[in-house]
Amino acid sequence: MSDTLPISIDVNGETVESLVAPRITLADFLRQELELTGTHLGCEMGVCGACLVLLDGKPVHACLMFAVQADGCAVETVEGLTRRGVIADLQKAFHERNALQCGFCTPGMLISAHGMLSERRTLSREEIRDALSGNYCRCTGYEAIVDAIESTARSRTTKAAEEA
Amino acid sequence: MDAAASRLDRPNSYIGRSVPRPNAKRLLEGKGRYVTDLVLPRMLHAAFVRSPQAHGRILTIDTAEAAALKGVRAVITGKDLESLCKPWTGTLDHFQGMKSPPQLPLPIDRVVWSGQPVALVVAESRAIAEDAAELVVVEVEELPAIAELSSALAPGADTVSPDLDDNLCFTSTIDSGGVDEAFAEAAQVVEQNFVFGRHTAVTLEPRAIVADYDPSEHRLTAHHATQTPYQFQDIYSRHFGIPESQVRVVAPDIGGSFGMKLHVYHEEMAVVGASILLGRPVKYVADRMESFVSDIHARDHRVKARLAVGAHGRITAMDVDDVTAIGPFSTYPRTSAVEGNQVVRLMGAAYDFSAYRGRLSVVFQNKVQTSQYRAVGHPIACAVTECMVDAAARKSGMDPFEFRSRNLIPDDAYPRRSPTGYQFEKLSHQACLARLREMMNYDELRREQAELRARGILRGIGIAVFVEITNPSPAFYGVGGARISAQDGAIVKLTPAGEVQCLISVTEQGQGTETIVGQIVADGLGVRREQVRVMTGDTDVTPHGGATWACRGAGIGGETALQAARILKGNILSVAGLILQARPDELEMGDGWIVDATTRQQRLSLTELARIAFFRSDTLPPGTQAQLSATYHFAPQGYPFAFTNGAQACHVEVDAETGFVKLLKHWVVEDCGRVINPLLVDEQMRGGVVQGLGAAFFEECLYSEGGQLTNGSLADYLVPMACEMPEIETAHIETPTRDTELGAKGCGEAGTAAASAAAMNAVNDALSGHGVLLTQIPMTPARILKALGRI
Repeated sequence: MSDTLPISIDVNGETVESLVAPRITLADFLRQELELTGTHLGCEMGVCGACLVLLDGKPVHACLMFAVQADGCAVETVEGLTRRGVIADLQKAFHERNALQCGFCTPGMLISAHGMLSERRTLSREEIRDALSGNYCRCTGYEAIVDAIESTARSRTTKAAEEA
Repeated sequence: MDAAASRLDRPNSYIGRSVPRPNAKRLLEGKGRYVTDLVLPRMLHAAFVRSPQAHGRILTIDTAEAAALKGVRAVITGKDLESLCKPWTGTLDHFQGMKSPPQLPLPIDRVVWSGQPVALVVAESRAIAEDAAELVVVEVEELPAIAELSSALAPGADTVSPDLDDNLCFTSTIDSGGVDEAFAEAAQVVEQNFVFGRHTAVTLEPRAIVADYDPSEHRLTAHHATQTPYQFQDIYSRHFGIPESQVRVVAPDIGGSFGMKLHVYHEEMAVVGASILLGRPVKYVADRMESFVSDIHARDHRVKARLAVGAHGRITAMDVDDVTAIGPFSTYPRTSAVEGNQVVRLMGAAYDFSAYRGRLSVVFQNKVQTSQYRAVGHPIACAVTECMVDAAARKSGMDPFEFRSRNLIPDDAYPRRSPTGYQFEKLSHQACLARLREMMNYDELRREQAELRARGILRGIGIAVFVEITNPSPAFYGVGGARISAQDGAIVKLTPAGEVQCLISVTEQGQGTETIVGQIVADGLGVRREQVRVMTGDTDVTPHGGATWACRGAGIGGETALQAARILKGNILSVAGLILQARPDELEMGDGWIVDATTRQQRLSLTELARIAFFRSDTLPPGTQAQLSATYHFAPQGYPFAFTNGAQACHVEVDAETGFVKLLKHWVVEDCGRVINPLLVDEQMRGGVVQGLGAAFFEECLYSEGGQLTNGSLADYLVPMACEMPEIETAHIETPTRDTELGAKGCGEAGTAAASAAAMNAVNDALSGHGVLLTQIPMTPARILKALGRI
């Protein structure tokens, strides 16, 4: 177990080269080695969605992947999305609607929301709820989260129409 | 209540206003600072060896192989901590006759539940600690597990502890008199048996602590994900023999708590002990599997209940017997008897009758401990009462609204004492019920229900009326000898830049405590909300206080902040008077300025006032000492609790073929007194309702007969998810308490209190005509099909 393997991952737009133990998960690598603590661990079995990150643009559970499996991939976390400003409107909608309480599920919720909003322009409330079926939130009761994603989808559609 | 404080049309009036939480922005950027994230220099990591047996005698613990693993710093057992930590006992003096075995961080000779920590490995990393934990060999002589209530209460049953004569932790009876007579004379009697399964908090961030003991100063700092830092300061001080002033507890961002994180756990105590033994910071974060077998569980009640209804459909009496199983001991320091006590005292609380008898039996068993979790006892009392009320309405041929209207305590009949001894200052059941009926468009729903029923679609409408306990005085814990504060303290200070800081003992877990305190301080002082910084969750920073539990943050913390702000305002105006050569009562504050009280003309900015007071005190009249920090402590007086009330409705569709229930909609009308921030109160309602619906349909800790938890993972234990939950509409009636100037009561538990009751009534309404009645939660598809005789 003392053996390590070299990996090279693009994390939030920067190339990270590291020697990692084969058993370290991507989530632990991000949190412990890179101090990107916005990625949270809630169940470590791919159920709760707190650890979601983007792997080559798609939401994946960072707790279910080993860091070595991400070798050569691009990983983006909530910190990266924040810095790029691509979810600023979504974060604003979450804030104004108070679509979070303790905030522990929030990074995963934002990754899921970003994922669904990247794929679809129009989303019904039922579709949003369905797309959040892998994100557990104990605090909010979900409705405000659905509201925030719905309003972001709507404003993005309006903005796209205005720009067209 | 100062009428001006609730007006929204003057500057800096924030009470009653929906404003977002300033502290939520960093959480949205992934910059929360949870204990889970914390790394300290020289920090070690802990992992626990747990008992697979539910009950047994420890014969040997072999730690040699684990201790020899590279990177392991210590393997600690019960004997290593025995001399370091005084045992604790979870009893309260006002629960007469209550008993519970003493507890230690790690056991010496006996294991009493499956999952109990037996040894602790401390290593350079969590992974190494876990590797080593697997190498610890614990030899246990297994004893019969006392898992079920029936086996715990059987005559001559084995006991969970050799120190006990039986497995009864506590019993009590309330009898107002007249119960047997009322039943003898009743026109109708409803009799039902209920089962409430065990469930657990499942906070998304598990329990976490970094204990950092510094031997050079004999000082302990615990970064502890808890609601109640002061309670833990006291406990660590007394049980580890460290002066209280040398113990600092810091509770930073916390990933959910709901009551679960205010109890003493063996792991946290063992980690503090390990840090003392090693003189280094030690971190422990429970993983999800550990959470299921070590976080407190809640509920686990079996209730036999009878309701007597006299002439004209009037409730005349209730007779209730609650038996609850709590695990191998009573939780410290709040005990495991409070839930049962609240169950038997909240029964029928909304209704106008006087003959009541309630019996409570609190029973030990070999499962993980149960204790206070959101809405303690309320959901059980509410479901039992409301299910029987619905049955009585059906028997009387009356609509559920009509039957309730006839029996609720009228809104003009206060103050009032319940037959169980609770004192109600003023409740608003009739107003809430009327508002609920209007909001849900009840008559239309009934029409639609009948129409769909004709087509074989089973929809149900369930109503539940509730009473919630908030703003507890020392009558809750203090009178029982527990060192749990009913008061809170705040310091509000003006900074040299003319800004405001408030340091307050109530704490934040995301419900918005800091936001409402900021609103209240800004409102009370007359400054912009952005000028107020609120700090919580650090025993070295804020005054001592009870913190956040049992719905006391707004009602008690809010009043504390308001009064501190008022004192500071008075102090500021007296300094301003000296500077402006005006009488303080001719001056006011607004938008960060000293203004003329009549004309609102700006006279002096707070920035300038602070500059003069802090840096040019020589220009003030001789003898002036500007007091620009104000401290206030507030403990509730008057009523022992500020009761709130409300009504909920649930609309469901039941598939009689599959047993699945679709939740169509949920409504809540509640009265928490003065609403400080409607946005946040609504969120408390919705979040609370969803926790209640989880209990109603999904959540249950399932055990084998041998006391093994069989669904202890998030893949097996079902929690409510977005796709299953309904939209929840809320409305408010405001009946402020007169015990405080602010008038706020609590709102955090109202949603959970009645959601499962409304859901149970809705399912039973949908199935009416099928000759079945579900009185057990969760109402799983299998239980529904079984009730229908389909399986």
